[in-house]
Amino acid sequence: MELYTLTAHELLEKIHKKEISPADVVRSLQDRIREVDPKVKAYVRADKLSCRDSIVCYPCKDEQNPQGFLKGLPISLKDNICTKGINTECCSRILEGFQPPYDATVVKKLKAAGGAIFSLKTNMDEFAFGSSCENSAFGPTRNPWDIERVPGGSSGGSAAAVAAGTAVWALGSDTGGSIRQPASFCAVVGLKPTYGRVSRNGLIAFASSLDQIGPFTKDVTDSALLMKAIAGHDPSDSTSLDAPVPDYTAALTGDIKGLKIGVPKEYFSQGLDAEVKVIIDAAVDKLRGLGAVLAEVSLPHTEYAVPVYYIVATAEASSNLARFDGVQYGLRSSQGGNLIDMYKRTRGEGFGQEAKRRILLGTFVLSHGYYDAYYLRAQKVRTLIKNDFDQVFKQFDCLVTPVSPTPAFKLGEKIEDPLKMYLSDICTISANLAGVPAISLPCGFTKAGLPVGLQIMARPFGEETIFRVAHTYEQNTDWHKRKPKL
Amino acid sequence: MAIDDLTVGYVAHLARIELQPKELERLSRQLQGILDFIDKLKCADIRGVNPTSHVLAVHNIFRDDTAGLSLPAEDVLENAPQRQGDFYAVPKVIE
Repeated sequence: MELYTLTAHELLEKIHKKEISPADVVRSLQDRIREVDPKVKAYVRADKLSCRDSIVCYPCKDEQNPQGFLKGLPISLKDNICTKGINTECCSRILEGFQPPYDATVVKKLKAAGGAIFSLKTNMDEFAFGSSCENSAFGPTRNPWDIERVPGGSSGGSAAAVAAGTAVWALGSDTGGSIRQPASFCAVVGLKPTYGRVSRNGLIAFASSLDQIGPFTKDVTDSALLMKAIAGHDPSDSTSLDAPVPDYTAALTGDIKGLKIGVPKEYFSQGLDAEVKVIIDAAVDKLRGLGAVLAEVSLPHTEYAVPVYYIVATAEASSNLARFDGVQYGLRSSQGGNLIDMYKRTRGEGFGQEAKRRILLGTFVLSHGYYDAYYLRAQKVRTLIKNDFDQVFKQFDCLVTPVSPTPAFKLGEKIEDPLKMYLSDICTISANLAGVPAISLPCGFTKAGLPVGLQIMARPFGEETIFRVAHTYEQNTDWHKRKPKL
Repeated sequence: MAIDDLTVGYVAHLARIELQPKELERLSRQLQGILDFIDKLKCADIRGVNPTSHVLAVHNIFRDDTAGLSLPAEDVLENAPQRQGDFYAVPKVIE
């Protein structure tokens, strides 16, 4: 049994029994990266590091006897999570060469829990703007299940690395589905925690009222373990909440008898691929068979989620990305001119097409004369979407839906039509707008062998309910055990 | 609403992004398509609804007003495209 195929909890057990050392895991990953990453391209800047250097930051000096419950297991990080002295470029030309002077809070927490940090970062759409990983300045990542298809986005590299066995587990970020959609396309488990559950300090900001960091793992147990390491209050992020972190692994009881699960009808309307619908319906039946009580519910404002998102998220992005101006870090245009010329040329040269599109849209909806008609209206409709969730969670413990209306699409299929690309987030965006936690877990494959993910959403801080349902489903199915042939 | 090249050019100026003529033309067309889609929001009944300011019931968060540790200037300036001593250097602001 190759070590790169094992889950983190299986590896932790072997390390605990002293059957293997973390260095053995690292070697197995390095070999696997050499073997398949040239095809998958889940990692960026891989050519700039020799393989031996691709692991850094052991939590203690003694590699054979690591401290902390993560026991020296390496964790792969998306290219927008700051790592001190290690390139963090958001896969954008404008941040070329940026080496953060500090570690993100999640990185500090991982190290404190005994995790090792992989210095190769995972690929993403530039600044997390995209649903396919095609907007990366380093070129696209490929889906390990079919290399002609996208891995999803924006955290496509993290999802593909876990699926391809080139990462034990990984972190990504989710602003409108950027963890869940790629997790569903690649048949791995991806969790977007409750807004404020995980510190965003050191996550390069996209849309501050929506962004959350979360885990990509091979199964639900690993997801619960990794959440235990990264969740919690952080004085450096005023939006992180001061609520105790439960032992998420204790929620993995395998019992969902009597749990009330809602199935929102709006997520099954037009645009849902017929094969995906059959697979999701079967998953719903499975949960019923396991003793949960399922009923159809309505989230009546769902149709407004995508337009609200593309106003709120782009408005916040236009403001957050104002800091990339050629003064403090990254690229500065060599074309000269005065200060304003320098800003404009640097940003014109440094940002890719999707970044420009979103900054312009965000600037427009916030500009004089349009603010009320767009931004303010969107924030009001957002309240209606949030109220929909509050209403159903009075009666239901969680909701199940598809993650994406279609399985992974082909490279180039949607890249020329931004609106079509935006609509691929139609099932995931609402959870960000409402701040609720949501997971994607493998629940089947199409006839062509493409993975399909099931989304489970719960009320704020309902991660334990999500883990309980997801784990019970996983224990009674074997989708998560299938591996892509590479 | 209709958005023309002139408006997009002005917004690009506000956003401090230099666009090539071809880019401007393409972005205007794409933004028009997105704005047409967003117009759907006009159908939502928002009478008496407050805008979302935070998705959870969280209000102002305060901390003690005490000085913490700052990052060393040398570490921070390491990333500057151009510097002079402990300062960022930029093109002349006043002619």
